[in-house]
Amino acid sequence: MTEERVGVYVCHCGHNIAGTVDVEAVAQWAQTLPYVAVARDYRFMCSSLGQELIEKDIKELGLTRVVVAACSPHMHEPTFRGVSARAGLNPYLMEMANIREHASWVHRDDMAAATDKAKALVAGAVRRALELKPLEPFKAAIKETTLVVGGGIAGITAALEIANAGYPVVMVEREPSIGGHMAQLDKTFPTLDCSACILTPKMFDVGTHPNITLLTYSEVEQVDGYVGNFTVRVRKKARKINTDVCTGCGDCWSRCPAKVVDEVFEAGLGYRTAVYRPFPQAVPKYPVIDVESCIYFQKGTCRACEKFCPTGAISFDQEDEVIVLSVGNIVLATGYKTFDPRQIPQYGYGRLANVFTSMEFERMVNAAGPTGGKVVLRDGVTTPKSVGIIHCVGSRDHRFNRYCSATCCMAALKFSHLVKERTNAEVYQFYIDMRASFKDYEEFYVRILDEGAHMVRGRVAEVTDAARQPGEEGKLIIQVEDTLIGRQRRIPVDMVILMVGMEPQEDAVEISHLFGIGCSTAGFFTERHPKLDPVATMTDGIFICGACQGPKDIPESVGQGAATAARVLSLIGQKEVEIEPIRAQIDESRCSGCRVCNTMCPYSAIDYIEELGVSRVNPALCKGCGTCVAACPSQVITGQHFTYEAIMAQIEGLLYDVRSGNGHKTVAEPQPVEVA
Amino acid sequence: MTAPNGQYAYYPGCSLKASASAYERSAMAVLERLELRFVEIDDWNCCGATEYFSLNRLPAYSLVARNLALAAAQPTHELVAPCSACYLNLRKTDDHMRQEPKLKEQVNRALAAGGLHYEPGTLRVRHLLDVIIDDVGYEAIAAKVTRPLAGLRVAPYYGCLVVRPFESDDPEYPTHMDRLLEVLGATVVDFPMKAHCCGGHMTQISEDTAFELIRRILHNAAAYQADVIVTVCPMCQLNLDAYQGNVNRRFGTAFNLPVLYFTQMMGLAFGLQPEALGIGSELVPAQAALNKIGQVPAETPRHTPKRRDKDALPMPSRQRR
Ligand SMILES: Cc1cc2nc3c(=O)[nH]c(=O)nc-3n(C[C@H](O)[C@H](O)[C@H](O)COP(=O)(O)OP(=O)(O)OC[C@H]3O[C@@H](n4cnc5c(N)ncnc54)[C@H](O)[C@@H]3O)c2cc1C
Repeated sequence: MTEERVGVYVCHCGHNIAGTVDVEAVAQWAQTLPYVAVARDYRFMCSSLGQELIEKDIKELGLTRVVVAACSPHMHEPTFRGVSARAGLNPYLMEMANIREHASWVHRDDMAAATDKAKALVAGAVRRALELKPLEPFKAAIKETTLVVGGGIAGITAALEIANAGYPVVMVEREPSIGGHMAQLDKTFPTLDCSACILTPKMFDVGTHPNITLLTYSEVEQVDGYVGNFTVRVRKKARKINTDVCTGCGDCWSRCPAKVVDEVFEAGLGYRTAVYRPFPQAVPKYPVIDVESCIYFQKGTCRACEKFCPTGAISFDQEDEVIVLSVGNIVLATGYKTFDPRQIPQYGYGRLANVFTSMEFERMVNAAGPTGGKVVLRDGVTTPKSVGIIHCVGSRDHRFNRYCSATCCMAALKFSHLVKERTNAEVYQFYIDMRASFKDYEEFYVRILDEGAHMVRGRVAEVTDAARQPGEEGKLIIQVEDTLIGRQRRIPVDMVILMVGMEPQEDAVEISHLFGIGCSTAGFFTERHPKLDPVATMTDGIFICGACQGPKDIPESVGQGAATAARVLSLIGQKEVEIEPIRAQIDESRCSGCRVCNTMCPYSAIDYIEELGVSRVNPALCKGCGTCVAACPSQVITGQHFTYEAIMAQIEGLLYDVRSGNGHKTVAEPQPVEVA
Repeated sequence: MTAPNGQYAYYPGCSLKASASAYERSAMAVLERLELRFVEIDDWNCCGATEYFSLNRLPAYSLVARNLALAAAQPTHELVAPCSACYLNLRKTDDHMRQEPKLKEQVNRALAAGGLHYEPGTLRVRHLLDVIIDDVGYEAIAAKVTRPLAGLRVAPYYGCLVVRPFESDDPEYPTHMDRLLEVLGATVVDFPMKAHCCGGHMTQISEDTAFELIRRILHNAAAYQADVIVTVCPMCQLNLDAYQGNVNRRFGTAFNLPVLYFTQMMGLAFGLQPEALGIGSELVPAQAALNKIGQVPAETPRHTPKRRDKDALPMPSRQRR
């Protein structure tokens, strides 16, 4: 039996830990713990000097275990495992004590208590480290195919970057066409270039790229596996169109008698038929039949499209198709939805005809939209003489969303320009603060001011058609406190545009569960690190980009899309990934074959071996969650790295100074253990 | 669903015994039809209305708390006030006593002089409108309608006091009473001023302010071609009704809009006689307008957001997503 030798390294993290925890005292105290051969404190353990310090100790002092008391293992466990490995120590014999998030940051006003807690955490980590067993990571080949979910500008960018590098991509888009919100826009701030002109070529490239398989009108139903080896089940909804023969000629939709309001692409401002292609530049070019509004599906007769289709492409009995994909990495780019302003009834949306949402207005100014680009009132003909644009509708509002939607200020300025350009109407902007950060945005703001927009600083109280004084008859009156002149004002206008905020998609929370990633309570997906790892998630091999991660504009969405591609390509380039060997293991000699674990496992990773009458864990599917370990009635399942011994030892360490009523210590001193 | 034992403590407030006696008469008649049991609290006093609170806080709260203490002695925890100002004051006092232990202690010291005590949170203070809509429900009300108010265009006027706090409706644009009146068969006009202030007691302090506020509301109801304004508050009724003549003289307008209580409308729809509902005591006579009941309105609403011709853009639905 060789004597264990533990090294303890207490990090100052600059002022982050040392400002609240007496790091020197913790290190000196740790030195007195059984089996601790050396304990040191250092300004930044993660710096190269800090790392070298540990490496040197491992080699020179023959350390058999290492404890690093610093930040969260989410942050630096890989770093210090690397240090151990380089010094010849099995990386799984390194244990971290989180004395930053768990002590210094949460007890800022009580140094003594924070220091005591840090000591307890270190004691727990030392005791646990003594129970750890060396492990070898699995190696798994990385599948070269990448799944991109969502075909907005963020997903399109990611897909093209990866495909251009020579690797296969499958893109899954829920709607009949890719393009996302950008396809609905007319001009884009701050340069006012035409949205379709810059987007359509990219959509075309996605549709024709030899490395991209495009599945539109499709949704992901199930995701299994792990980085490098995901199995994904996709439901391809029945288009009711045989795309092998359809030419996209349009004979079907020009003959379709069923007209419904298009709530998706036209944002409710226009109509579409039951068989439809959302917009002329759609990719793919094929229409779909919306069964809900199709007369044939609802009433049993019609089939006009079928009669007129020159190629016989209408296929009423086409069924949904389920496709199983095998992919190495996943990029989520599911975008956003807009705030429903009916939640603020005093702004009149849905009640006052000439109140529009910003998305409706985008469609109105779009040359291919329902009005052919004319700015008109709801009657479709009258040109407004004055337009009020209300900012922050559903954003920066404690009743709805506290956050800033980031794009509305600039879009509102863009609208100002478009209204002036097309109607010469007076434009009033009602804002709380103007936010014009980033390149060329402030210049754009100044340009719009020069064009003569009236800027009123104040949150609008009400939009009403209740006229009160002469000049208000037949107008929409905007009641607002102008906080710059300190007065209530009533401004009569013909048209009101509500700059609705950006929100997570309706199903964002379910999607985050489906893919096993985190999201905020609102539903925006959570990045691995807000500064240093903004497009990765806590789940290896799953990346996020665009507005599904938080409100953002096109340049930023494109930047993130390309960033996810870089991350995916770097993984593909590694050819194989190391996978945490932290898995459950069943002692088959003692397994009673009761199968409790089989049903409990959330990843279906446990098989029952009929011939032997025992259960067995499939390490490729097991995620080491520990559910079966806790559930096994015979206690014969071990969670590697989280053995009963290790967990109990850690608890005993944490409680090292707790005494029972009679003054005796409640936990025993650490017992020597065999070196592995 | 009614109160646990089907009984409510009833706080009428001064108005219902005087200027708004029509409100009380109609309310009692309707409650009987709905089989709700209201027991008036014994020896109640004035709630202090809207102004006492700004003059002297402690006596103001004590005045109201006395009523709460008396009501709490009844075998129910539901206290109902038909007047919006009374409702607000009772509710505010209960709430503030709960939030401010010091106030609770001081008020109770004052109450002790009369041998009373009130523990905040004991009572659930409710407005009559809320009891009728949430406890009785639209369906049960519809079942009692024998003479639908078809053909009558009504402007639902909530006023500013009842909507805050009003749990189950939007404070900025309430629609509870709209639906109630629709159930009664009336045509409810869109009424943007529905939750704006009627001026309250400003009529006594500044006619300039009060008459302008009243004018706006009348103007709006007239613009929407309402036959009747329907209120839930004696103060609102008084201001819009009694000062309508003054407003007409001052602004050269010719408003002729009767102002009735929602309970009077319910009573009419339930087939009760107008006299039994106190109809006739209003200053702008309602009878001419009420004669319209049963006649189909000739005109359609002025501002129609419907699809008018092939150029028109679709109108978003009112339903939230
Ligand atoms: C009124 C308005 C005006 C704007 N104007 C500008 C401007 O001028 N300039 C600018 O830079 N930005 C502008 N923006 C912001 C711009 O719209 C966004 O930055 C951009 O669209 C974000 O792209 P995205 O790909 O992340 O998301 P989206 O465009 O929302 O695309 C997401 C895609 O994913 C699909 N999807 C969603 N869920 C699923 C699922 N579960 N499975 C499969 N597919 C799914 C969607 O159908 C959609 O195609 C504006 C925003 C608004 C509201």
